[in-house]
Amino acid sequence: MMDAPLLPLFILLTSLLAAPILFALPERAARLRTAINLGMAALKVALVGWLSIKVSQGVIYDLRFEMLPGLEFKLQADPLAILFIALSAVLWLITTIYSVGYLEHGPHRARFFGFFSLCVAATVGIALSGNLFTFLLFYELLTLATYPLVIHRGTAEALRAGRIYLIYTLAGGLVLLLGTLGLWVLAGTTDFVPGGVLADVVAENRLAAQLLFVVLIGALGVKAALVPFHRWLPIAMVAPAPVSALLHAVAVVKAGAFGIMRVVYEVFGIETAQTLGMTAPLAALAGVTIIYGSIRAITQDDIKKRLAYSTVSQVSYITLGVALASPIAAVGALAHLIHQGLMKITMFMAAGNLAEGLGVKRVSQMDGVGRAMPGTMLAFTLAALGMIGLPPLAGFVSKWYLAQGGLQADQVWVIALLLGSSLLNAIYFLPMLHRAWFRDAAPEGTGAPGRPRIGWMLAAPPVTTAVLVLVAGSFANAPFSPLEWTRFIVAIEYQE
Amino acid sequence: MSVEISPMILSVFVPLFGAIAAFVLPRAAALIGFATLVLTSGAVAWLARDVLAAGAVGLPLGGWGAPLGIDLRADGLSVAMLALTSVVGFLVSIAALDSLKGPEQARQRQYFWPLWLLLLTGMNGVYLSTDIFNLYVMIEVIALAAVGLTVLSGSRAALQAGLDYMYASIFGALLFLMGVGFVYLQLGRLDFAGLTGAAPTGALIAALALIFVGLALKTALFPLHFWLPAAHANATAPASALLSGLVVKAALYVVLRLAQYMPFPSENLLTLVGLMGAGAVIWGGVQALRAERLKLLVAWSTVAQIGLIFVAFARAGEVGLSESWKAAALLILAHGIAKAAMFLAAGRIKDEIGHDVIRDLDRTPIRPTLAQFTFALAAISLIGLPPSLGFIGKWSLMEGAMAAGYWHWVGVTMAGTLLSVAYFSRVFAGFLRFDRVRAPVGEHQGWALADAAPLTLALMAIGLGLLAAPVLSFIEIGYPFGVAP
Amino acid sequence: MTPDLIYGLTGVAVFGIGLVGALSAQDRLRRVLALKLCSVGAGFLLVVGAWREPPAAPDPVPHALVITGIVVMVSATAVALALIRRLQTLEATDER
Repeated sequence: MMDAPLLPLFILLTSLLAAPILFALPERAARLRTAINLGMAALKVALVGWLSIKVSQGVIYDLRFEMLPGLEFKLQADPLAILFIALSAVLWLITTIYSVGYLEHGPHRARFFGFFSLCVAATVGIALSGNLFTFLLFYELLTLATYPLVIHRGTAEALRAGRIYLIYTLAGGLVLLLGTLGLWVLAGTTDFVPGGVLADVVAENRLAAQLLFVVLIGALGVKAALVPFHRWLPIAMVAPAPVSALLHAVAVVKAGAFGIMRVVYEVFGIETAQTLGMTAPLAALAGVTIIYGSIRAITQDDIKKRLAYSTVSQVSYITLGVALASPIAAVGALAHLIHQGLMKITMFMAAGNLAEGLGVKRVSQMDGVGRAMPGTMLAFTLAALGMIGLPPLAGFVSKWYLAQGGLQADQVWVIALLLGSSLLNAIYFLPMLHRAWFRDAAPEGTGAPGRPRIGWMLAAPPVTTAVLVLVAGSFANAPFSPLEWTRFIVAIEYQE
Repeated sequence: MSVEISPMILSVFVPLFGAIAAFVLPRAAALIGFATLVLTSGAVAWLARDVLAAGAVGLPLGGWGAPLGIDLRADGLSVAMLALTSVVGFLVSIAALDSLKGPEQARQRQYFWPLWLLLLTGMNGVYLSTDIFNLYVMIEVIALAAVGLTVLSGSRAALQAGLDYMYASIFGALLFLMGVGFVYLQLGRLDFAGLTGAAPTGALIAALALIFVGLALKTALFPLHFWLPAAHANATAPASALLSGLVVKAALYVVLRLAQYMPFPSENLLTLVGLMGAGAVIWGGVQALRAERLKLLVAWSTVAQIGLIFVAFARAGEVGLSESWKAAALLILAHGIAKAAMFLAAGRIKDEIGHDVIRDLDRTPIRPTLAQFTFALAAISLIGLPPSLGFIGKWSLMEGAMAAGYWHWVGVTMAGTLLSVAYFSRVFAGFLRFDRVRAPVGEHQGWALADAAPLTLALMAIGLGLLAAPVLSFIEIGYPFGVAP
Repeated sequence: MTPDLIYGLTGVAVFGIGLVGALSAQDRLRRVLALKLCSVGAGFLLVVGAWREPPAAPDPVPHALVITGIVVMVSATAVALALIRRLQTLEATDER
């Protein structure tokens, strides 16, 4: 096979170069735009496939470029990067199809798809970052690229949401800059290395290291929507459905969660983080976020808001799995990075279809929608049951490993937490399913009579991702399944 | 006496003769202007090659030599400033061709070129001077040309602002001249070589303080910034771009140079300078938040950014000065490019939609997309988001401050960043809100060739961040003073 | 009191008067004149600094500085006056 050391760069460029082209296309050139969008997305999936095969064969990709003396822009493709990049590549392709259908007649499509591409480029960059400095560059790019997407509708409400989003994420970015500088000054490097780079520093300067941990996790916690930095997420759901789908499943909250992984595993190292006594508080914070998000979700009538609070809760499973400092829990956390993405993107696309096809935006309007849109609602149902943790769906696998990890780490409270959370998941998801399938549509009002008309570009994507939810859960032990890959990663991070 | 053709002589005298020619032949002014710029840029490129090859280069003028004669000297920092001036000046000139093309602007066209070329003479002169008296003369050349550019539009607001600028400039010049005189009376020398290593006596410190206050007036360091917002906001867009992007940098450069050669007399004075900078960051930011007009907002942001450069200067105290000037230099370059782009973009927006009231930016169906995009890119660099040159400058600032344990300067920088996000997001909201528009919004309105120059500048401000390592090693050529041949 | 001290103090006083005037004057022309006064004071100071007890000749360099300063000041004043005149013309047409 051909050897291409620049492969990670090419993957980054597929979306980074697509952006200016998409910006420059006139609004009318819809076909060309779609062709570029889908072509680049498909190309990226192919390249990521190639890259993952190479990485699994042990090829090391390491691209560096000095930006300031000693400080490098560094791309590296390790298995953890592959996990995240594969998720984003696949879901970008699916979301692109969905977006084309969703925005077919909307205004500012050139702008939308341009920023959409930039957003994915930033996510890919975050995945491939070989040090915290590079991570910071893409983390900020992600903020800048998503802001125009959040306020895409250009209404006063959208702008308000955008302002809150910008304040939270840029403040978080500034704190991350501070943390990166702190790391640079303290350790003289910002590289991601399994086992961490701070072991020596900790011995001499424990307090500074602890402070650094708080600063870095706090900064990343803003995007990962950890309580108390979660407030922007439910507000940002005014964005168009594909944007919400991408934000919740791959881009923003996942970038935060992924960053937490990198910082705990490869900046501090799990052992060092434990010696500092920082993992237990982080696990507790994640636990609080899990319960808090679920409780808030129960009372939301707006479908997208309910889903948003559910994200607050579900993404913290990842943080929990990292903070438990047990290899088995880590497997659960990493698998959940993928599984939550698949499930949540399904639900947001389904919610978008309900709004587009039936004008249904609230839970209280959902009576009988299952009959009106069976495909969409079937997908939604699968994803919701997965979230609750029903076997053999994807969510079950993650929760199973997290619980096992809790036992391994002698943290029995985790079992209670997971059970409680699953119960809460059921409390806010089952009524939606009940309304959709077992109630008749209201005779007048929004429950639209007859068949709603949505194109295949809207109908197919959620069904596809729902199938993936089923497959990822049922065939969790197959080679190249997310779970298998995460075991590969955990072996590296725990240096076994 | 043989006259050797040197790129240093060319880069000062070509613009001078260009200015005279453009004044005498107003019909051919633009042509003369561009020919001059091309020749000057060529000379600067030649000089850059020399400096890269041989380190700092010097040239005694008229065969007198130091300590009293006029010496020219170019090192990495000088050439970086010359290059900044050439590139920004060239692109602003292209933009000026478009923005001054109207029939009612014949008068502006006629005076723009001679004034701008005179300005170029002065600036290039400053960057090549090696003695403080020569600096004084060049700074005055700049001041006269800059006031002329400020009042180019002939509007009452511009004239009033230009007059205030003139007052500030005259007074600053007097302080500078007195300082120069007192330095001479102390040391009997005026050249940089004579200043290096001079014992910091009380009288010498007083003389340098006079020079510093004079320069602070000219570069508009808080609280001596009063003249700047009106002057930069009311000038025509290309003039604003030159004034904000380049002119204030000349005085900043002199401060940088003096600090390179004269170790700062005391830690407390340096802290005071940093505090003035901090005041500018905060006050400029607050005023930009309150500004009603786009160009006024941009002008206040200049006040804040100049403050940040002084904070960079003070970031690691007296001991850190040998490194801190590099952070300040990076910020000077970043601001020069980004602010020129931003003023040109603001001018384009004003031209297209007919006003620059921030509150009403979202009421118009005309959206000059490319100009707005340029504005946003320039803002990214000014806020200091990666990977822009502004980010690199801010990174160096904070890195040095943190390593030296000066957390207050880190705090000021972060506060300034948040303020700049806040005031620029006022503008973005205006660009991106659509529900207040009555008429249908056209697609891609306002694309024009005129956007090419500001867009290029803005892309440079972002992209140069990736080239920060070579830029940094370039400006270090010939430092410290005296190592060069 | 030596002559140079008298001369120097006069210079400081003239500069001070000019400074106060420049800061407090409302009228544009008065402000220009006040700044001119400042420059005269500054010139005094530099010239007296160059003074040497006779028979030693005074140092010519500060004199050169002062002469250059005067030249700069003349051109700056000319520009300021031109601006003031233009402003007054504009204001006069506005009032009419």
